[in-house]
Amino acid sequence: MYRYDQFDERFVRERVAQFRAQVKRRLDGSLSDDEFKPLRLMNGLYLQLHAYMLRIAVPYGTLASRQLRQLAVIADRYDRGYGHFTTRQNMQFNWIKLRDVPDIHSLLADVEMHCIQTSGNCIRNVTADHFAGVAADELEDPRPTAELIRQWSSLHPEFSFLPRKFKIAVTGAEHDRAAVKLHDIGLRILRHPDTHEIGYEVIVGGGLGRTPYVGKVVREFLPRRDLLAYLEAIVRVYNADGRRDNKFKARIKILVHEIGTEEFRRRVEEEFAQLDGPTINADPEEVARIAAYFAPPAYEKLPAKSNAYETHRATNPAFATWADANVFPHRVPGYAALTISLKAIGEAPGDITSGQMRLVADLAEKYSFDELRVTHLQNVVLAHVRQADLFAVWQKLCEADLATPNVGLVTDIIACPGLDYCALATARSIPIAQELSKRFADQERQKDIGPLGIKISGCINACGHHHIGNIGILGLEKNGVENYQITLGGDATENAAIGGHLGPGIDAKDVPDAIERLVDVYLAQREKGEVFIDTVRRIGVAPFKEAFVAKAPVKSKERENAVA
Amino acid sequence: MAQPKRVPLPAILLANDLLDGDVVFSTGDSWSRNPAEALIAYDDATADRLEAHAKAAFAAQIVVDAYLVDVSIDAAGVPTPRHFRERFKSLGPSHRPDLGKQAQYGNAHPR
Repeated sequence: MYRYDQFDERFVRERVAQFRAQVKRRLDGSLSDDEFKPLRLMNGLYLQLHAYMLRIAVPYGTLASRQLRQLAVIADRYDRGYGHFTTRQNMQFNWIKLRDVPDIHSLLADVEMHCIQTSGNCIRNVTADHFAGVAADELEDPRPTAELIRQWSSLHPEFSFLPRKFKIAVTGAEHDRAAVKLHDIGLRILRHPDTHEIGYEVIVGGGLGRTPYVGKVVREFLPRRDLLAYLEAIVRVYNADGRRDNKFKARIKILVHEIGTEEFRRRVEEEFAQLDGPTINADPEEVARIAAYFAPPAYEKLPAKSNAYETHRATNPAFATWADANVFPHRVPGYAALTISLKAIGEAPGDITSGQMRLVADLAEKYSFDELRVTHLQNVVLAHVRQADLFAVWQKLCEADLATPNVGLVTDIIACPGLDYCALATARSIPIAQELSKRFADQERQKDIGPLGIKISGCINACGHHHIGNIGILGLEKNGVENYQITLGGDATENAAIGGHLGPGIDAKDVPDAIERLVDVYLAQREKGEVFIDTVRRIGVAPFKEAFVAKAPVKSKERENAVA
Repeated sequence: MAQPKRVPLPAILLANDLLDGDVVFSTGDSWSRNPAEALIAYDDATADRLEAHAKAAFAAQIVVDAYLVDVSIDAAGVPTPRHFRERFKSLGPSHRPDLGKQAQYGNAHPR
C-alpha cells in the first residue's frame, strides 16, 4: 500500500501543528466560533449531539495493521472503546473532546493518517472497490488512480472552497462495488474497444441526498494520461457554474441536471481544451511510482483448491455457512478474500470495538499481508488469505463475535449513526437496523431470502444510502414522532437505480412487519434463482405496494394475542 | 427586527461545552452536566436570564450551540425535553444505555 514520502510526512505534520494553534486561538478568543467552525471541519471535527465527532480519512478504504492498532489506541484513550466505519470507508469516533484533538491528530500522523478533507466543501476521501487487486472481473486495480486523485485533490488551492462537498469513486471491475454512478464523479477503468488502450469512463452528477440522481456519462473513454486535467476541467466548471445561492442545490448533480448533460459536457470539453494538460497531468514516472506501491503481494504458488479448506467445510456446518456468505473468490489460485461482517445480529452496523480492531489487525498481519480494507457497506475485508488459513481465521473471529455469516444478506444492513449521535438527523437509524436484524436473524431464512440490501438513513442527507437500497428506509419527523419512509428498487451496482416510495411513512414499531411483508411478496413471486432486486424489476412495484399498505398481517395479531 | 419566537415554557437551556463537547445545562449562573440540575424557566424573566447566561458563556469561550428547550416536569420536579431529539441529546444514544448521561446520572427519563 501507499507509504508517505518526505513531502507527505511534512505536509501532515505541518497541518497538525497548524490545527493545534487554531484550537489554542479558539480557546483564547482570538478566533470566533464562526471563524473556527470551517477550520475544524476541514480537519474532520464535527460537533454532534453528545460530544465532538472526529472523522478519520481511510484513503480508498485501505488500512495497514499498525494503522488499525493506532485507531484502537485512540478509541481506548480518547473515546469509549469503539469506532464506527462509514459509507465513505472512513472511521468516526463519537465521544471526542476538542482539547484532545491535536494530540489525536498527532497520533494519526505517526501512522501516516489524518482527518484532512473528511468534511467541508472540498474533494472528500476517494473511495474504491474493496476487492481491488483481488476480483477476477477486474481489469486494473483502481487504487493507484484513487491515490493519484488523493494527491491531486489534497489542499488543491483552487478547490478548497467549492459550492458544496465533492465525492469521487473509482472501480476497475466489471461489477461495480464502489457505487460509481452515485458519486459527483465516478470513474470506471476500461479498455478502448478499438485500440485496447486502458482509460476511464467518466460519470458525473450522480448522488443521493435531497435530490438523488444516477450519474451521466460525460466521457465514454478518457485516455489515462489525461485524467487529472480532465478532472480539473470538470471541477473547474462546477466551481464556476455550480450554484452557491442555495445549499440544497449546490452539488454538481444539480448543475448537470439544470443545464443538461450535453451542455455540461460541452463546457467541460471547452475547459479541458484550454487547459495546459502536461502541467496538470501527473508525470508518468510519478504515476509509476504510485502504482508500484500497489503491486500484488508476494503470493505463494498454491493449488487452486485447498484440501484442508474443503475438509473443514465438509465437516463443520457453521464454518461452511460462514464461508458461503463471507468468502469471496480470489483471482490468485489457493487464496480467498474474506469479509468480516460488522453486522452482528442486534448490534449497530459498522461499529467495532478496540479489542476487535486489534484482533482484526493481528489477523491481517498474520494472514493477509498486513493489509485490510474498509468497505462502503461498513464491513472489513481481509483481501489475501490462503484458503488453507480460512478455518483458523474463522475460529479467531468467532471468539470476538466477528463471524456473523451474513455478507450481502438481509441483515447486512447499512445504517448511518442517525439521531443517536448525529446533530443533523431527524430520526434514529441504529435501532431500526437492530430490530430488522433480529427479525431476520434466522440463518436458514436469510440464506433462503438471498442477496437483499437494506439501507437506512436518519435524515434526507442519505449517509445511509437509503435511495440505493433494494429496500431503503428514511427516518423523518412527523408531528413530533419519528416516522419512516420506505423505498423499493434501489440499486448501488452497475445497474444503478433510485428506489421509489411505497406509500406514506410509518411508525418505527411498524417497520419490521412492513419489511417482512415486502420480503414475503418476493418469496411468493420469485422465479427459480431470482434475487430480490430482479423480482422487483420483473413484477414491478405494484404487488409490493399492495402488501406495504395492507393492514398488519394476521401473524402479527397472533403474536400479540400470544403475548396477551 | 422581531425576536424569533421562544419555545413554550417551561424550558431549560442546554449547550455543548466548548472544550469537551459534552451537553451542559444552565443552572442560571453556572453549568451542570446533570439534566436534573438545570434551572427551569417557568416565566419569561427566567428564560431571559438563561439566555443572557448562555450569551455571556458563549462570548467567554465556555459553551457553544446554546438554546432553550421546552420540557415537561415530572413529580420529582425533574425536567424532560418534550422533543425526542433533545431527549436523546440529554440522555445519550438510545441503543447504548451504558454511555452518556443516562449511564452517569441514571436513566430516569422516558424516551
